[in-house]
Amino acid sequence: MSENTAFVIDRRDNVATALNPLEPGEVRLLGDAAASFTVISEPIPKGHKLALRDIPAGEGIIKYGIPIGHATRAIAGGSWVHLHVMASNYDERSSHLDINTGAPKDTRYE
Amino acid sequence: MSDAMTRAWLGYARKNGKKGIRNRVLVVYTVKCAEHVARQIVAEARDGDVELVGFDGCTDNQYAVNQLISLIRHPNVGAVLAVGLGCEYTQPEWLAKIAADEGKPADWFFIQDAGGTAKAISRGVAWVRDALEALQQVPRVEMTFADLVIGAECGGSDYTSGLAGNIVVGRFFDRLVDAGGTAIFEEIVEAVGLDWFLTSRAVDVRVKAELQHTYDKALDYCRHARQYSISPGNFAGGLSTIEEKSMGAVVKSGTRPIQGVLKVSAFPSRPGLWLLDSTPDPYFMDFGITNPSDNEGLTDLTASGAHIVFLVTGRGNVVGNAIAPCVKITGNAETYARMIDDMDFNAGTTLEGAETMDACAERLADMVADIAEGAPSKSEALGHREFHIIYKYQDKAGCRMEEE
Repeated sequence: MSENTAFVIDRRDNVATALNPLEPGEVRLLGDAAASFTVISEPIPKGHKLALRDIPAGEGIIKYGIPIGHATRAIAGGSWVHLHVMASNYDERSSHLDINTGAPKDTRYE
Repeated sequence: MSDAMTRAWLGYARKNGKKGIRNRVLVVYTVKCAEHVARQIVAEARDGDVELVGFDGCTDNQYAVNQLISLIRHPNVGAVLAVGLGCEYTQPEWLAKIAADEGKPADWFFIQDAGGTAKAISRGVAWVRDALEALQQVPRVEMTFADLVIGAECGGSDYTSGLAGNIVVGRFFDRLVDAGGTAIFEEIVEAVGLDWFLTSRAVDVRVKAELQHTYDKALDYCRHARQYSISPGNFAGGLSTIEEKSMGAVVKSGTRPIQGVLKVSAFPSRPGLWLLDSTPDPYFMDFGITNPSDNEGLTDLTASGAHIVFLVTGRGNVVGNAIAPCVKITGNAETYARMIDDMDFNAGTTLEGAETMDACAERLADMVADIAEGAPSKSEALGHREFHIIYKYQDKAGCRMEEE
């Protein structure tokens, strides 16, 4: 699958999941999507999420039709949604993790 | 009902009224010191229906003994040989008596009494060969999906698990429950943030309270450990929160009402969808962790009577199970292709738009019926027969918080 493709699980979702590494531009939407295309503004790694619309700070990130966390700042439609712009409503530790590798930054190695 | 779900096949009738899809001789060791002899008995019997399980500890543990007993009572098991060294707490004689009470050919001995390794092995092999002969006489009986118990867990998850692998299992579980069968899901530590979702599906108010209690216990466990069931690899793969991973895991339960919470080694008391709680209960010795390995989870599901166990994986896995055929399901088409000799089922087709989720669930139902009918799963054919029984504490073997 070489073209830009992402998957929407539930019609209520405000994010989609990249099925391949996405480059800025048009993305074809599979699954339970309201539209068949969207446009993204930055590269998004495979398996990561893109915003399907503008999401104000504090609002829920919706996937599977339910909140999987909240926006920690305003998120523009078409941008990458991960640890730098959202956080868990439960797990405090995960907001300290490295955005690319997920590695913990709160444990000392010395 | 769909075509696959109306299928029927011949199973093995057990004295307690249950029906098995395999007819196995179980060789049980009761302490690590007896493992080699038990393992050699299985190896020298040279028959795919002779299986090994056991508990390593010399000091017994009610949780582990309950698990051995549930595996002995499992409908896929037809005969039991219990092998002990001779000085351990766990009693092979009493395990053999439970098997005999279930109408299963059963025997036991201590290696010390048998005269050491070589004599114990030849005595065991001779008994197992006789038992295999006797099992030819077990009456066959028609089975349908209404008679089946299927358990599911995930391991080595990636972003496809919550998009395809677990979703197809959820769709299949809905079909199984609608057909009168029994489905069991676990991993309550991967339901963080979803107590409202689980309790809203409780069949009655008491089950609602059970689910809330089980959830609170698991969340308390995670809070104290400051550790949730999500790892750096999960974040790097695109999961941003435990809630996101949790929803990807919980979707494998499908959408039907939840009948209750089972503690490890409890059998469901009626058909439908059940949650298996493998989290340890608070105890002064604090032993037992939630998910030490995928093999422990699969053994727990088997100890609740699962005829077949599903392992949903994204990154790939190779394991099987001693008593219930293990079906490995992946939503990742690349993993499926790379590990084709180990992966049973590719749900990645749905992500490529090549197949609808309903068609995929129907294909899975057909595979389940084939395996129930006797076709080996990939891990079964490869000789994978893993089990993992650990020291753990749980309040009661029974599933209910309150007395019936």
